[in-house]
Amino acid sequence: MSQEAAIAHHGPPTSFLRKHVFSVDHKVIGKQYFALAIVAVFIGMILSWLMRFHLVWPNAALPGLQWLSKVGAPAGVMTPEYYLSLLTMHGTLMVFFVLTNAPFAAFGNYFLPIQIGAEDMAFPRFNMMSFWTTFAAFVVLMAAFFVPDGPPISGWTAYAPLSAVGSDAGPGQGLGQTLWGLSIAIFCIASLLGSLNFISTTLDLRAKGMTLMRMPVSTWAWFITSCIALLAFAVLLPACLLLVLDRIAGTSFFIPAGLVISDRLQPHSGGSPLLWQHLFWFFGHPEVYIAILPAMGIVSHILINSMRRPLLSHKVVIGSMMAIGFLSYMVWGHHMFVSGMNPFSALVFSFPTLVITIPATVLTLIWLGSLYGSRLQITTASLFSLGFISMFVSGGVSGFFLAQPSIDIYLHATYFVVGHFHLVMGVAAIFGIFAATYFWFPKMSGRMMNETLGKIHFWFTFVGAYCIFMPFHYLGLAGNVRRTSSFVYDYAQPLIPVHKFITIAALCTGAVQFIFLINLLYSRFKGAPAPDNPWNATSLEWTVPSPPPWNNFGGKHPVVYHDPYQYGVEGASGDFIMQNSPEKVPVRS
Amino acid sequence: MSQANLAVDPHAPGVMEERPFAIPSSKLVMWLFIISDAVTFGAILFAYGYVRNASPDWPTPFEGPSIWNTLLMTFILVTSSLTVLIAVKAAQDEDRARAFRWTILTAVLGVMFTALHLREWMDLIGKGVRTFQNPWGAPMFGATFFSITGLHMAHVIGGVIALIAVGLIYKAGRYSAKHIEVLSLYWHFVDLVWMFVVPLVYLMNMKR
Repeated sequence: MSQEAAIAHHGPPTSFLRKHVFSVDHKVIGKQYFALAIVAVFIGMILSWLMRFHLVWPNAALPGLQWLSKVGAPAGVMTPEYYLSLLTMHGTLMVFFVLTNAPFAAFGNYFLPIQIGAEDMAFPRFNMMSFWTTFAAFVVLMAAFFVPDGPPISGWTAYAPLSAVGSDAGPGQGLGQTLWGLSIAIFCIASLLGSLNFISTTLDLRAKGMTLMRMPVSTWAWFITSCIALLAFAVLLPACLLLVLDRIAGTSFFIPAGLVISDRLQPHSGGSPLLWQHLFWFFGHPEVYIAILPAMGIVSHILINSMRRPLLSHKVVIGSMMAIGFLSYMVWGHHMFVSGMNPFSALVFSFPTLVITIPATVLTLIWLGSLYGSRLQITTASLFSLGFISMFVSGGVSGFFLAQPSIDIYLHATYFVVGHFHLVMGVAAIFGIFAATYFWFPKMSGRMMNETLGKIHFWFTFVGAYCIFMPFHYLGLAGNVRRTSSFVYDYAQPLIPVHKFITIAALCTGAVQFIFLINLLYSRFKGAPAPDNPWNATSLEWTVPSPPPWNNFGGKHPVVYHDPYQYGVEGASGDFIMQNSPEKVPVRS
Repeated sequence: MSQANLAVDPHAPGVMEERPFAIPSSKLVMWLFIISDAVTFGAILFAYGYVRNASPDWPTPFEGPSIWNTLLMTFILVTSSLTVLIAVKAAQDEDRARAFRWTILTAVLGVMFTALHLREWMDLIGKGVRTFQNPWGAPMFGATFFSITGLHMAHVIGGVIALIAVGLIYKAGRYSAKHIEVLSLYWHFVDLVWMFVVPLVYLMNMKR
């Protein structure tokens, strides 16, 4: 295999730069992705604080904000446009640099090769390129904060023609929006490189005896996710390039004729804003599953370990994830029910949207059915896994409403949708990331995290997330439109106390996240040393030292004898059997 | 239940699945890239169809000389698929000098294609075609023409650079026949994309 040849040629790197910065080791790259995601998530969270603060105390100055943007926040009070700029950056950072990077690129990079018994990814140099390309995308996006007009105001979906026409459309729609388009195009290339690597690694580098059905659920989730990403980002890439062309080369892919903005007739004709929505959501809906599928796999992996028994069915879980991945390409139109698309298409897109709830429900039932009657070990990781299921169900239920065009027409532009996708995609996937961090941190750093702090972190985050996002549904039903920085209509006035409650909840829940950060940093340097297998788990990552050596298995080639989850085995010497243990297992009746 | 196959001896033959199509990783990755890139071209051609259908005054300017030029370009590109095939065959026969010659000839054909294409671009630009206007009708004609053929041309130029680089490294003895073969897949794909571009962008826009 090419990878073995590569490792035979190069020994472990010795220079600082090769070891920690431009490393080709999948474990270092995984940690780099994780660190980038942590930076992005805290920036994104602080942006949401600023927005929540401005919503309920619109005239209060935030000292220091004028330093970020003199135009956008004169004397520390943000303008309505700057509110939208922060909204755009919050969404873009969270969706691309947190929800895509952390559960998929970070943990996938670190654990996929170890879980299948490989020494590294199939193409280690490509892997390094993916990370540094992602980093370049991050830098280009952040640059939008420092251009004169600030970041774009068009939201993370960058709806045309607002995103396509240039600075007439408002501050940030000049250079800021162009930087956004370039950043996302670069991000697409990075994700494509990454998914090529994930797929070929999974198919080609499995250890002897590691058949496809013997791969842990988490590996399956990363594999299916990379198949989705391979095709989804391939559509967003040309969409972003055409958007940038509209902005700098005078083309009109997304701009119709006769458009007057700021009293100026735009010199464009012949394009269609709907075209952008079609291209964007063809990527955008699979992206939701790129964020949530790895979390599903991680949570299953952790719950099995904490229950000490396998899920009701390994095969059905994998099949459901595949069905979700396949169906995710058929439903993009449900984001466009109010776009002016032919109403008949709305009907057509509504059907597969409701069908996709079937595999999602099957997964949920398998988790709950497996939990029923199990003696679950309560660790921070298993708590966050339960939290994931809770958020996924709570957020998913509102999806049944939104999938129906007649109901969606009323709810689409309101906070109801904000509550829905934050719970089901945002918070659920973040809970998956937290669970993964608490579960795998001992392996990644060689030290245990503090469980007490972890449990405090969980309970405040769990309650806090519900306090923030449940009232959003109520606001939406009451008709509160989203993406506005003030309450200009009379009917919205009575809703302000609800917003105050949400803002206070958001400030508190955000503050709790610093407990996590402190726990992470403290445990990294001062935590109790971790044994090789602190959770008595069965999969291959727990057969190697914590942290694993440079080539994972010390030059040996593991041989796999069992399905991934041999827990509670009667007659075994322990209550579990490692995947690479040659011990015979009695066939269960 | 998932535990059904627990007692199977992992060392017994036939436990592991065959690798997909029994091909090396680098070839698999090239196929995956081709799938992904095909979707990218699909998306941009979809955008073209969308805009073209929405424009009642879509111009159809291509006349005889332009079509002959396109046919010549097509001929060159198809020939280059043949030459790269010969290069792969020579590489598999361990005839490094011959494989290198045919690889470079393929690159030369790629350069000829690009030169003819750029000549046509210049011709159209000289006639007043821009990304935002043209003398004949719907202004999006130029935008779609330049973006689709430009994306394809970028693929050809990238391929030419790769052919020269891989050819040189192969000649120096550091690459094997596998590298030439994997690169040839990419080159055939670029050729195949052109087979979609010609009817959709040229033949559909012939003067009637």
